Amino acid sequence: MESRFGKYGGQYVPEIVMPALKETETAYNEAKDDREFQNEFKFYLKNYAGRPTLLYEAKKLTEHYGAGRIFLKREDLLHTGAHKINNALGQALLAKRMGKTRIVAETGAGQHGVASATVAALFGMDCIVFMGVEDMRRQALNVFRMELLGAKVQGVESGTGTLKDATSEAIRYWATNIEDTYYLIGSCVGPHPYPTMVRDFQSCIGREIRAQCIKDYGRLPTHVVACVGGGSNAIGTFYEFLEDKRVKMIGVEAGGKNSFENAKTLSGRGRPGVLHGAYSYLLQTPEGQVIEAYSVSAGLDYPGVGPEHSFFKDEKIAFYDSVSDEEALEAFKFLSKTEGIVPALESAHAIAYLEKLMPQTKESDMIVVCLSGRGDKDVSHVAEILKNSGR
Amino acid sequence: MSRLESKLNELKNQGRKALNIYITAGAPDVETSKRAIIEATKAGADIIEIGIPFSDPLADGPVIQASSTAAIKNRMSPYRVVSIIKELRKNIDNPLIGMGYINSLMSYGYRYGNDYNGFERFVTEAKIAGMDGLIIPDVPHEESTQIKATSRRKGIHLIEFVTPLTTIERMESTCKDATGFIYCVSNTGVTGVKELDFSKIGEVTNQAREFTQTPLMIGFGIGTPQAAANAAKFADGVIVGSAVVKRLQENKFDEAMDLIHSMRVALDQSK
Repeated sequence: MESRFGKYGGQYVPEIVMPALKETETAYNEAKDDREFQNEFKFYLKNYAGRPTLLYEAKKLTEHYGAGRIFLKREDLLHTGAHKINNALGQALLAKRMGKTRIVAETGAGQHGVASATVAALFGMDCIVFMGVEDMRRQALNVFRMELLGAKVQGVESGTGTLKDATSEAIRYWATNIEDTYYLIGSCVGPHPYPTMVRDFQSCIGREIRAQCIKDYGRLPTHVVACVGGGSNAIGTFYEFLEDKRVKMIGVEAGGKNSFENAKTLSGRGRPGVLHGAYSYLLQTPEGQVIEAYSVSAGLDYPGVGPEHSFFKDEKIAFYDSVSDEEALEAFKFLSKTEGIVPALESAHAIAYLEKLMPQTKESDMIVVCLSGRGDKDVSHVAEILKNSGR
Repeated sequence: MSRLESKLNELKNQGRKALNIYITAGAPDVETSKRAIIEATKAGADIIEIGIPFSDPLADGPVIQASSTAAIKNRMSPYRVVSIIKELRKNIDNPLIGMGYINSLMSYGYRYGNDYNGFERFVTEAKIAGMDGLIIPDVPHEESTQIKATSRRKGIHLIEFVTPLTTIERMESTCKDATGFIYCVSNTGVTGVKELDFSKIGEVTNQAREFTQTPLMIGFGIGTPQAAANAAKFADGVIVGSAVVKRLQENKFDEAMDLIHSMRVALDQSK
């Protein structure tokens, strides 16, 4: 298996972790071609997670913008409320196959932590989730959900107490307990083989979009849009359309508050560097210190990005742009009011991009937005923000 | 023969074990870290590892994470580490090894131009300043080909790692290619003082011996003179970091130097 996408990716990890990465790679290579494993994965996706998810035509959004039909890929309807469960199921089955008894994971918004805790409960494994203390405060409900599912949530105070620090701490814990522990990464980041593996487990999103578009509308979409933090729902959405040059792929990053406080790794001031085992675009100082990303949405404020997205950017396979906190919050409210769907703040970034995209589309265009998660977890956070800003 | 190789040869001929001391450049402040390096050599350290701070040090435990954060706040950078080495070279002739993560080394000189040959620029200037070797804990064998070639071309030893989990095949290729010394990680996990049974790494060093004559240094977890002596039985020397750094961070400078001295004594007595 190739460890890089062009020049991006690789395995920049301490030596102690290398044997475990090799073990994971070997196990995944075997599992990938093993029909029994794939059938089991499909079984759980269908009967436990609730796939396939709907491709819903958002007629009122379409009406609002005027030119081009808008569809939502409803990953928010999955068990646990986001696309994260796809990957968590795949990797937990792999961990089980490898004979590991414990799962360690990191989480930002808490969605991946909840997905990990869920699959650990399902397959009878121990689960420890590292989460920044700042994120624990922002996502208190998800902390309780993880604990309810039997996971141990470990607060991380180092650095700025967010996803980046939680990821470092999860890797350190993994390095220390490497013999019986499986590291369940939540996004298409980290050392090889994780970016490839996570992409494969998430690519059911794009495969379904393609099949649903062809079956119900007899055509392919003209645009697919997804939000990008680490980039797992975006890579899952895009990958199936790689060969279809006419399908425009658009990744939407968190523009945050301003040109200093944001998570615009690909669409802003990032430059290639190494974080958490992979060479990829990275928010960093001229001296190569990693800069803390910022976004109103805890799932997007990661200073790195999946290495395959860096490759897509350089090769112009996909296009990356951003929307601000404010635009995302508007979209959060707008989708709730117009379609009766409360999106996750992360997914609200993809919805918000329609403001930029739709003025350029034609009547005959078909736009699919990946609605990666539901907004229940964000409701109290958004209420607080709106109250403070007097909106 | 390089400065590092001569030093290790000299120790071997004397039948003594090497004492490597890690000190984070710029922590608790720039002046103290420079003074600590000089005083550490007087207290009995043979080789100094100068920590080049990085914001996300994956292989390090809480003590070195904290000293790295402090050092970055004090504006320490690879560029300033090079000038510290240059300055220190006037006073000490012990081997100086840089220890840092690849991202900040690749960014070397980025300020002055948009190219990505930062690593080559770093080793070139660090060599001229007087650096002898380099430890990059997040560059394993798989990613080291170019980095090693660049380092060697510039006359810098790139230090290789083996751990209790390293397989035989891997150990063979690592050992055959190693120069300077080999960093033998005592246990799974990250840096920081622990109670350890060093016989496990002893099995590793025994295996490594079959493939190489390059000196073997045991590091991670060694915090007391007794632990240093126990570990040294299985290798050519030991590496001590967190135990010293912790005392420096707590402004217990003399205690840090006393610890280094007691380790020196313990190593020399147990030979």
